[in-house]
Amino acid sequence: MFYREAGQYKTSYADDGQIFPIRQDRYAIAVLLLVAFVVVPFTASAYLLSGILIPCLIISLAALGLNILTGYAGQLSLGTAAFMAVGAFASYNFVLRIPGIPLLLAFALAGMVAAFVGIIFGLPSLRVRGFYLAASTLATQFFIVWCLTKFSWLSNNSSSGIITAQPMQILGYTFSSPASKYLLVLSIVAVMALALKNLVRSNTGRAWMAIRDMDMAAEVIGFPPMRTKLLAFAVSSFYCGVAGALYAYAFLGTVEPDGFSLDLSFRVLFMIIIGGLGSISGSFIGAGFVFLMPIALNMFFGATGIHMPESVKSNLEQMIFGGLIIFFLIVEPHGLARLWQITKEKLRIWPFPH
Amino acid sequence: MNWQAFIEVLVGGLLSGVMYSLVALGFVLIYKASGVFNFAQGSMLFFAAMTCAGLVGKGLPLWAAALVSLVVMVALGLAVEKFVLRPMVAQPEISLFMATIGLSFVIDGLAQIIWGSTAMKLDLGVEDMPLEALMDKTGIAVSQFDLLAAAVAAVLVSGLAVFFSKTKVGRALRAVADDHQAALAVGIPLQRIWGIVWGVAGFVALVAGMLWGARNGVQFALTSLALKALPVLIIGGFTSVPGAIVGGLIVGASEKLAEVYIGPHVGGGIEAWFPYILALGVLLIRPEGLFGEKIIRRI
Repeated sequence: MFYREAGQYKTSYADDGQIFPIRQDRYAIAVLLLVAFVVVPFTASAYLLSGILIPCLIISLAALGLNILTGYAGQLSLGTAAFMAVGAFASYNFVLRIPGIPLLLAFALAGMVAAFVGIIFGLPSLRVRGFYLAASTLATQFFIVWCLTKFSWLSNNSSSGIITAQPMQILGYTFSSPASKYLLVLSIVAVMALALKNLVRSNTGRAWMAIRDMDMAAEVIGFPPMRTKLLAFAVSSFYCGVAGALYAYAFLGTVEPDGFSLDLSFRVLFMIIIGGLGSISGSFIGAGFVFLMPIALNMFFGATGIHMPESVKSNLEQMIFGGLIIFFLIVEPHGLARLWQITKEKLRIWPFPH
Repeated sequence: MNWQAFIEVLVGGLLSGVMYSLVALGFVLIYKASGVFNFAQGSMLFFAAMTCAGLVGKGLPLWAAALVSLVVMVALGLAVEKFVLRPMVAQPEISLFMATIGLSFVIDGLAQIIWGSTAMKLDLGVEDMPLEALMDKTGIAVSQFDLLAAAVAAVLVSGLAVFFSKTKVGRALRAVADDHQAALAVGIPLQRIWGIVWGVAGFVALVAGMLWGARNGVQFALTSLALKALPVLIIGGFTSVPGAIVGGLIVGASEKLAEVYIGPHVGGGIEAWFPYILALGVLLIRPEGLFGEKIIRRI
């Protein structure tokens, strides 16, 4: 009754091409952004901001990056964390070695470096596909983490390999409080998500999807597979790189290779599968779900008051996590975003389904 | 160049490669028959080793423990087929792959809840010592434990080869691997076949788990063997049993040789990624691995 586009006429090309064609969606997004930008920073506690919201947003950005590659361009990758690590270390080195470099420029350059590494490790995708490609992206993961540990120049010859990230400064203002960090992260993520939303609606995005659906057919009708695939690797790695830089600067506060383990790659992959492949909102939903579920499970066990040894508890949590993943894959293999879409379809005809 | 040391490293590498092949074999079996890339194979291996070592710890003799573990593993394989794969028939490969990652969490957690998370020892009665006779004669140290593992792998592979080519079930398995729908059409019970494959994979996981567990201790690190098996699979091809063996040998030998002869020049620790880079090289020349089925692509 409330969610329908009846009476909303499109009278110009601009109307026809807008990102959210339904008015209610526009309002919902506007309200969401308003709440996120204005209400949350003032009301949320420091723990909620720096323990949950900031990492959740950053990991969503990484999920967006992987979704470009896997969801839109159809190239399965297990090297997300490696690209994030490249971004983190690159931005550290830019800030360290170029005095006075603007922070945002350092992040962007770090993304570029990650994109470059992504192109190099994306080269095998021209020959191999599917699980062979996934397994070969593992090479990225192990090789890059090894490089970052072995070449101490990258970590400024720090003896422990763990380095403290420099304070984040933009135009003389230092982002140190949780709320300010949150706002910085939120702004970057919102802008990049918007850019991506537009990118996937453009020629580039359609080329990716054509390659995903059937690369030979796409080649026949004139999409150059090499450029398209490598571009997907580059853009995806750029997003992951920026996410990695934010992860190190705004969340961890340290830059270390071990923070970007294979485990993280898998978690990001979970996020986009559970959230929905080839969906922007799915990346956010999936990231929130995968990130919050362990915390929710932990609180649930705390609330039930059942006493059990810590090791049993953590293992039980792990089992439930795995079980829920299987459950969701069985119930809705297209992800939570698809569930949301179905809900919207239902809402349009509610309460008169015929 | 010291030839004696070279041969020693080479033989040691080849024999440890056999151990990788054992892990890779479990992947190949399931991938061949059901097209599922079973990431949980490492966890199954861990579960099997934990069960066996745990039962031995409870006072059972080794053969009885192995037998009970075998029953448990086959039951586990059947349960996985029934509760995870059957509801997901006809889903895209990547969803199935993700489901097996979820499954690996479940199995890891289950194993540690039942048997605790401390490392256990498993004694197969053969020590990881150099073979003395060979040592005296040629001065080359070859671990007798590795030889045992190689022998077990040889028996297992030839057993599987006979099973695949001579028995009725084996032929049905190969038919299913070739084409699910055609197999169904000629009356092969697909689900029973998948159950058998998962059962056999459980058995392979048990053998590999016992050998690896006896060598490195039964501990959580065993699950990461799945990652070690990946380059083996890439090099050998996901669908080939001989490929798993050859791939294992190549990976084992090259990894050890690289560590000894290239490692010192770049700072060591290259064992972790060298097989992957090698596998990448193979992929660039043969995208389906050395023995994989040629991928024919049509529009």
